[in-house]
Amino acid sequence: MIDTLRLTAEDALAMLDRGDVSAPELHGAYNAAIAARDAELHCYLTLVEEPNGTSIPIAVKDVIGTKGIRTTAGSRILEDYVPVYDSTVVRNCKGAGLSILGKTNTDEFAMGSSTENSAYGPTRNPWDPERVPGGSGGGSAAAVSAGLAPWALGSDTGGSIKQPASLCGNVGLRPTYGTVSRYGIVAFASSLDQVGPVTRTVRDNALLYRIISGRDPCDSTTVDVPPVELPEAEDLQGLRVGVPRELNEAEGIEPGVAEQVRRAVDLCAELGAEVDSCELPRSVAYGMPCYYLIAPAEASSNLARYDGVRYGLRVEADDFNEQTARTRNAGFGDEPKRRIMLGTYALSAGYYDAFYGQAQKVRTVIGREFAAAFERFDVLVSPTSPTVAFRLGERTASPLAMYLADVLTIPPNMAGLPGLSIPCGLSEGLPVGLQLIGPQFAENTLFRVGHVLEGALAFDPVPERLR
Amino acid sequence: MAISRDDVLHVASLARLELGDDEVERLGAELNAILEAVGKVAELDLEDVPPTSHPLDVVNVLGADEPRPSLPLGDVFANAPSRDDDLFRVPPSA
Repeated sequence: MIDTLRLTAEDALAMLDRGDVSAPELHGAYNAAIAARDAELHCYLTLVEEPNGTSIPIAVKDVIGTKGIRTTAGSRILEDYVPVYDSTVVRNCKGAGLSILGKTNTDEFAMGSSTENSAYGPTRNPWDPERVPGGSGGGSAAAVSAGLAPWALGSDTGGSIKQPASLCGNVGLRPTYGTVSRYGIVAFASSLDQVGPVTRTVRDNALLYRIISGRDPCDSTTVDVPPVELPEAEDLQGLRVGVPRELNEAEGIEPGVAEQVRRAVDLCAELGAEVDSCELPRSVAYGMPCYYLIAPAEASSNLARYDGVRYGLRVEADDFNEQTARTRNAGFGDEPKRRIMLGTYALSAGYYDAFYGQAQKVRTVIGREFAAAFERFDVLVSPTSPTVAFRLGERTASPLAMYLADVLTIPPNMAGLPGLSIPCGLSEGLPVGLQLIGPQFAENTLFRVGHVLEGALAFDPVPERLR
Repeated sequence: MAISRDDVLHVASLARLELGDDEVERLGAELNAILEAVGKVAELDLEDVPPTSHPLDVVNVLGADEPRPSLPLGDVFANAPSRDDDLFRVPPSA
């Protein structure tokens, strides 16, 4: 009997190696778990029940293109879209023998922080089904927490891997920009989008990052990546940990979240790290405004391709422009429309310099502030999300309230920095995520710190109600 | 600065979105609230700061100039709503 709630990817790989289980048996065990629990949670939009690899299974966020498997991006406009080629990350996973379990739910075009913007209905949090799993990658995070996949791929633009990992109590890496190919991914904001691993342990995360990362001739923004090391350290001797005041004292951070993060920071010192506070004076205050100009601007351009000509929904009309406008109005939900409108406005004549141009300069300021902090520190820590999982419907009435869910993940993303979220405790019975931020290409440092803290914190990633 | 109903309609036409009347109303109000929040970037004096368009210092990445096979036409048209021989079919533009 395979307990998919407890099985790590590393253990599953070891079982396969020893011949204790076959690849089809593993795939079947997750099929059974999905059949038992996904009607309630709705992690998956499309299932692939037939085993299709020689190694362990994986779940794939539905913005990631999969040849022959429907890829909707959580949108009606791509409801029947079946890619004719694989994204590079999926090709890499297949190269490693991984068997695709299915495509996981996401906010439409990865725009959102709760998966409530999915055109196919929300995913629910395995810790409390009345609460959101975070977003946009709520499907991947909830699937991993609920034992419906040993690991999963997500994508992160403003926090869509880290924030759901925080709210669901698992490990999510947003890698350094350029380390993982975006070829074959449904584009949202191209200067920010990154694919990354969602896992139950830090070592699993490093294993999956090793599989998906690397330079790709099909994506000229990718670069050579330092060899990925599986973390084995047991202490943090010699490590310099910075605690940015603004990221840890931001308005809206719940006391219970702050308390668990403080406990983890104290633990860093006990484990041998040098801990000190630091400042990022403008990165947090101006990060969110900067992001919500740049990301919608890029989105408005990227989403121009959905015109009902080459693929996707078409609403017929006698005139081409009318057909395009009707197709887009029928196919896009509220959040993509909002962002297309906002981005188009910010890029339009007369406003470009004041909005988009100014936001790009703010982005430089943010990059410089982090660079200065990394002259003194190896890693910066903060909460990943200001709050634990919120209730379904709690923030849907106010776009701005939803946007604030990413106020702590956005600043490092603007600078292209890697961020790892690991669970560090519970508040009100719900998981709290710790965000570890490193300089560009310092994934190995994040894995080391994450692994040591994971061991010391001994957080049980299985939701209490499923134990 | 407040976005007027005409502004919303103008931007919607630039973005090729045919919005319903209720959407024009609601989006106008939402965009005003969001722009007020993001307009905060104007507070900073950044005259001498260069813009960042890309988070890495990568320039002029060149690929090998070698011909490679393209997608077969069957694949290219696999998801097309309307195909006319080797062309995508669309209605005329007025």
